[in-house]
Amino acid sequence: MGVNVNPTAAQLVEMYRRMVRIRLFEETALENRTEIPGMVHTSVGMEASNVGACMALREDDYMVGTHRSHGHPIAKGARIDRLFAELLGKVTGVNQGKGGSMHLSDFSVGSLGETSIVGSGLPTATGAALGSKLQGVDRVALCFFGDGAAAQGTFHESLNLAAIWTLPAVYVCENNAYGEWTAFSDSCSVPDIARRAAAYDMPGVIVDGQDVVAVHEAVAGAVARARSGGGPSLVETRTYRYFGHAGGAEASPTYRDLAEVEQWRTRDPLPLHRERLLADGVLTAGQLDEVDDDERRSVEEAWKFALDSPFPEPEAAYEHVFTNPVAVRRHF
Amino acid sequence: MSKLTYTQAITAALREELARDPRVFVMGEDVASNIVGYHPGFAEEFGRERVRDTPIAEAGFVGAAAGAAMVGMRPVVDMMIAPFMYVAFDQIVSIIAKATYLYGGQTKMPITIRAGMWHGASIAAQHSDRPMATLATIPGLKIVAPASPYDVKGLLKAAVRDDDPVVCLEAKRGWPTAQEIPDEEYVIPLGEAEVKREGADVTVVAVSSAVRAALDVADSLREDGISVEVVDPRTIVPLDIATILASVEKTGRLVVADPCHEMCSVASEVSATVAEHGFWNLRSPIARVTTPNTHIPFSPALEPGLYPTADRIAAAVHGVLAAASTR
Repeated sequence: MGVNVNPTAAQLVEMYRRMVRIRLFEETALENRTEIPGMVHTSVGMEASNVGACMALREDDYMVGTHRSHGHPIAKGARIDRLFAELLGKVTGVNQGKGGSMHLSDFSVGSLGETSIVGSGLPTATGAALGSKLQGVDRVALCFFGDGAAAQGTFHESLNLAAIWTLPAVYVCENNAYGEWTAFSDSCSVPDIARRAAAYDMPGVIVDGQDVVAVHEAVAGAVARARSGGGPSLVETRTYRYFGHAGGAEASPTYRDLAEVEQWRTRDPLPLHRERLLADGVLTAGQLDEVDDDERRSVEEAWKFALDSPFPEPEAAYEHVFTNPVAVRRHF
Repeated sequence: MSKLTYTQAITAALREELARDPRVFVMGEDVASNIVGYHPGFAEEFGRERVRDTPIAEAGFVGAAAGAAMVGMRPVVDMMIAPFMYVAFDQIVSIIAKATYLYGGQTKMPITIRAGMWHGASIAAQHSDRPMATLATIPGLKIVAPASPYDVKGLLKAAVRDDDPVVCLEAKRGWPTAQEIPDEEYVIPLGEAEVKREGADVTVVAVSSAVRAALDVADSLREDGISVEVVDPRTIVPLDIATILASVEKTGRLVVADPCHEMCSVASEVSATVAEHGFWNLRSPIARVTTPNTHIPFSPALEPGLYPTADRIAAAVHGVLAAASTR
């Protein structure tokens, strides 16, 4: 997309830091799976896509994600202690225990809420971009969605709206090869989602989703175009989730071969980026280890914060139904 | 005072709110071209950015309203005809109604969804829905059902100013004549019923298009010496049950007239609540006058009698009076 988007050394390190943070966050969640109520969908293996895209945004830009909801807000800069607390349904959770693992958010850093109905966040992000345009501000809205969501009508409606209204939106399809347990190739009419951009007269690019710098470059180009009034873009990151659709490692999945998982693990985004930082002399091995240790410590502290936090009081079930509850007179 | 039709009252409310608050914008199919007549001259007066035509893509533009609201706008979405909402139901139910709750109060959702209930217009089963009760089962939506030009102006303005999603279900065919409306600005608070006729013998709680019919019944029965009190909830959620219970306490008899299908109708909710909390004030069984649980047929020979007409309401009033007198 022709924009000079070379990340600075500090950005390259921050990318590594955030990828490590997501990986440790999700590993901690899986290790403590029995402590966490409800469903847990991890994005282990997809960190470069999460981080490369979010690092192309400003903190005051908007981001909307999916039910696979841990990596996106962490990549956008959300505090992990409140995210862990949300996983446990604690009152200190970012949503005060109302959302859980599928609905992490942090509006203070532009993370407008992950949404667990596949494809439902696409119009939300489109609307956030519309809000920016109407307000005359230069905030961009980025929407993550999976290859599965590209089969929903909201995909078409959102990209069409963004195109006809020239909205500052960036649509990032994280194509992890499976929608739940169905292969992408069995549910999509074309071999690449990016090809569909042509239908909306917007740029569409495919990028190696395991390479955080490549993702960053592609998304930064799309963000620059959106911010300058050029309109929306579609970026498809080719990536992979190591664990099951929900929960942890799969013993004998019916829909994919575990050899395929092992193949993808050979291009794990964390060591890939680590090697680059070493090779380019950005950080020494010792400095990289320090980043790992730092993040491990802060993830442990955040998990402890969540464990030690109280549950909400029963009355909380009735709070936030409305912002302004109307006090209706009661006769009884 | 000015005489305004129901449609003109909507126009007046929207114009005032667009002029008052730059965060307000209207969005929907053919709003700028003013297809239904709510937005005459709006595109010229407020510009096409704020009077925004959309493609025929309800899930997309209703969902876009959610995103715009999250970042500080106050969208007014025009669904044109109520059942078009079903196309956007995931966005309405899973995003708009739930976002404030799901994200622990981090965002408000100041969205007004306007939807016309065009029943009685010979447009058959897919275009004639009155989804007041359907929507009332979803926590997080406030619902208004203004019956008159006066009420639609005041309630629509309240809806636009509210920080929560408000669905304004409009029944312009239910009030076919113009009404004197103050020239001064007014807002009708959400959640306040109005006693539209005072009476002593029977309470008729009338909803939406049943209000005009109930008032006509009250006027005609007065000549027969029957005093009917007509209570219009005006807001369905939250429901002002106190005003209804106070009326039943006075009259001892209740008819509920509601154009919803009978099953789980607004009338059902009102009846159940009065039975629970006002039972000892009742002198006869409650009667519901609703739309039977069949689809709305196209033929003008079949459709009109299915709704709570003046005749059906009057029969129900006679029925509750007779039931009481036989004891």
